[in-house]
Amino acid sequence: MSRWPEFALAFVLAVGAAGAAAQARDYAGVGRAATRAEVAAWDIDVRPDFQGLPAGSGSVQRGQEVWEAKCASCHGVFGESNQVFHPLVGGTTAKDVASGRVANLAERGYPARTTLMKVATVSTLWDYINRAMPWNAPKSLTVDEVYASTAYLLNLGGIVDDKFVLSERTMAEAQARLPNRNGMSTAHALWPGTEFGARRAPDVRAVRCLRDCPVSANVTSKLPDFALNAHGNLAEQNRKVGPQRGIDTAPPAVAASAPNPAAPTVTAARDGAAAATLVQKNNCSACHAPDRKLVGPSWSEIGQRHAGRADYLAEKIRSGGSGVWGAIAMPPQAIAESEARAIAAWLADAPR
Amino acid sequence: MTTASSPGRLVKAPENFLDAQGVAQVRAEARQGRRDFIRGAFAAAAAGAALPLAAQAQATAGAGAAGDPAILDLPEHTRGLGQPVVTDGYGKPSRHEANVQRRPSPGLTQTAQASVSFAPLQSLFGIVTPSGLHFERHHQGWWDIDPTKHRFMINGLVKTPMVFTMDDLMRLPAVSRFHFIECGANTGMEWGNVAVPTAQYTHGMLSCSEFTGVPLIALLERAGADFKRGRFVLAEGADGSSMTRTIPMSLITSGEVLVAYGQNGEMLRPENGYPLRLVVPGVQGVSWVKYLRRCEVGDQPWATKDESVHYVDLMPDGMHRQYSSIQECKSVITTPSGGQRLLDRGFYSITGLAWSGRGKVRGVDVSVDGGRNWRPARLQTPVLAKCLTRFSADWQWDGKPCIVQSRAVDETGYVQPSYAQLRAVRGTRSIYHNNAIQSWLVRENGEVANVQVA
Repeated sequence: MSRWPEFALAFVLAVGAAGAAAQARDYAGVGRAATRAEVAAWDIDVRPDFQGLPAGSGSVQRGQEVWEAKCASCHGVFGESNQVFHPLVGGTTAKDVASGRVANLAERGYPARTTLMKVATVSTLWDYINRAMPWNAPKSLTVDEVYASTAYLLNLGGIVDDKFVLSERTMAEAQARLPNRNGMSTAHALWPGTEFGARRAPDVRAVRCLRDCPVSANVTSKLPDFALNAHGNLAEQNRKVGPQRGIDTAPPAVAASAPNPAAPTVTAARDGAAAATLVQKNNCSACHAPDRKLVGPSWSEIGQRHAGRADYLAEKIRSGGSGVWGAIAMPPQAIAESEARAIAAWLADAPR
Repeated sequence: MTTASSPGRLVKAPENFLDAQGVAQVRAEARQGRRDFIRGAFAAAAAGAALPLAAQAQATAGAGAAGDPAILDLPEHTRGLGQPVVTDGYGKPSRHEANVQRRPSPGLTQTAQASVSFAPLQSLFGIVTPSGLHFERHHQGWWDIDPTKHRFMINGLVKTPMVFTMDDLMRLPAVSRFHFIECGANTGMEWGNVAVPTAQYTHGMLSCSEFTGVPLIALLERAGADFKRGRFVLAEGADGSSMTRTIPMSLITSGEVLVAYGQNGEMLRPENGYPLRLVVPGVQGVSWVKYLRRCEVGDQPWATKDESVHYVDLMPDGMHRQYSSIQECKSVITTPSGGQRLLDRGFYSITGLAWSGRGKVRGVDVSVDGGRNWRPARLQTPVLAKCLTRFSADWQWDGKPCIVQSRAVDETGYVQPSYAQLRAVRGTRSIYHNNAIQSWLVRENGEVANVQVA
């Protein structure tokens, strides 16, 4: 503390009134200065004013290549897919690009809200693609690939034209055309401090009425009977002692007790512990599940279709493929050959 | 204990537990004092998860002449030798508690890594959530990180960017505080209409723990933060999504924001951010960044993905509220609650949870007539700021349909609104920050349903 007296003073002033913080103490020997390289390795955030944006560039055209190879399997070739995540593209118009407000957001009946309908800052797209995409291999894109895929995404939304090249110099141009750039407000009471301006009173003002309150007490919404079992048997989700039990919402006994010939039995029969570790380690489970279709087919489906074909599967895991299981392509995987073989053997040779 | 033949016993056995013949047999044999079949029925029930209400009632009825077989027939555990110490080096709940689990809501998300599991509020007591039942929200899957390799960095508007190891952080004076954490989207499925059956799914993105850690202010101070220009802090996680959120400096300078490693007396669970997470009391869970690797001091907010594309509240005019953070005053009754079935008429203790992101709960009112008339509930101590508060109210259920509700008021005077009041201002499409009064309809047969009322 003695090394930075002005901050110690600021600290005392800041917390003195609240009195809730630890007292300023000399924590000698605790922590060390970060090196320049360490800060550079982690300080990857990009702000709306483009602080933190690295130099680089990417064209819409290049972005399409990146997109089809690394993004389309989850988001669709046109960013429209809702199979894995919310759609990224759709719902914005040239008029929105001009006004900076997405008109469809005010339409009560409009069915969905895409990323491009909501996002008000182009830095957000760049930052998140850079830090978290692709889904199963975050931080694997080059700076230029991030620019390119962002450019392609903006192009899909009609925000930049086919010839556009996004770079640290043209980000502001894209920002000026973002459809919902004027659609965010901090005029609310849900931020705890005064950093966005004076404190506001809560927007919803209820009164603590105690007697003969003006309500009809009519039921306006309830779950339809057919949906009671949508979350499983509620009898199994409550303790078996106490003032109540869970309602038995199991379907009729016949259906409940019928043996399920599908995946779970098959999966359970396999000695899958080692394979489970490998599919987790290699992020396979981001797109594949044991017993149901996710992005790609289930382990069970693959095993049934390609029983005994471990070599074929090992090759497919590494090379990727498309068209075998539907429209969504599987990108090539950077996985050790031995691990691909182990997973393939597990898939192909399981008893069933 | 009442018997099956006493008036007011409303509940029959689930149809798939004992068929009519089985019930008749139990009844007949119970009259004759034969208990083997009943014991068998109990064993079968314990093996499955279904609840033998009628069998239980019949067993008690079997008491008839001599008394309750649960008393008269000394059980195994009274006549035998129990298990040794350290049968399990880290003890687990009773096998009879297997129904009490955190659970996903089917169809809510399409991947299991960017998903949610809900805490079983309907089965919890007091205010602390057992760590293994704490709700989960991951944006790119969870990890079990080696704490010896975890680092925490502070940079930005500081004199000296610094790095702290877990050794460093755990060497500093720690504080331990009880706080609730609630996802901003808790109850979000119900903005437009009833969508899910039980309190677990309506309100289960809510948990409460004793968190142990270091006030972030002490670390910013150590790095020589510029508190004059530095009005915002970015918190960043070490997982694949490297989750980022802009944290209010006012909560940091007040000493409330913690860099926490402890939860309920042990280290954080991996699903909750082991070995390090941010604790931002009163603020929605997304800001409590897990696997915390870095805080950056800055003069502007960051508009990260989770404060620009998600966790923005859509208002009726099409404007989104950004940086909405505080979880406003809210409450929910957990007994009786949706998907449950009351055993009988007569006495019940209505109980539930209340909380406010602005401070302490001042009071909770309970209504059993759909909101026409209210009476104050008892608040169970402790009543702590930005923490769950347990309330209860005595109730005699007369067997008639009724709608039970709770309404909390916090120390700022803010009153938890009804759906009508909330929607009048915010519409129905916000997703986030739904703190409306929850209604549970108790039907004549004792079954409780999730409903909304006007």
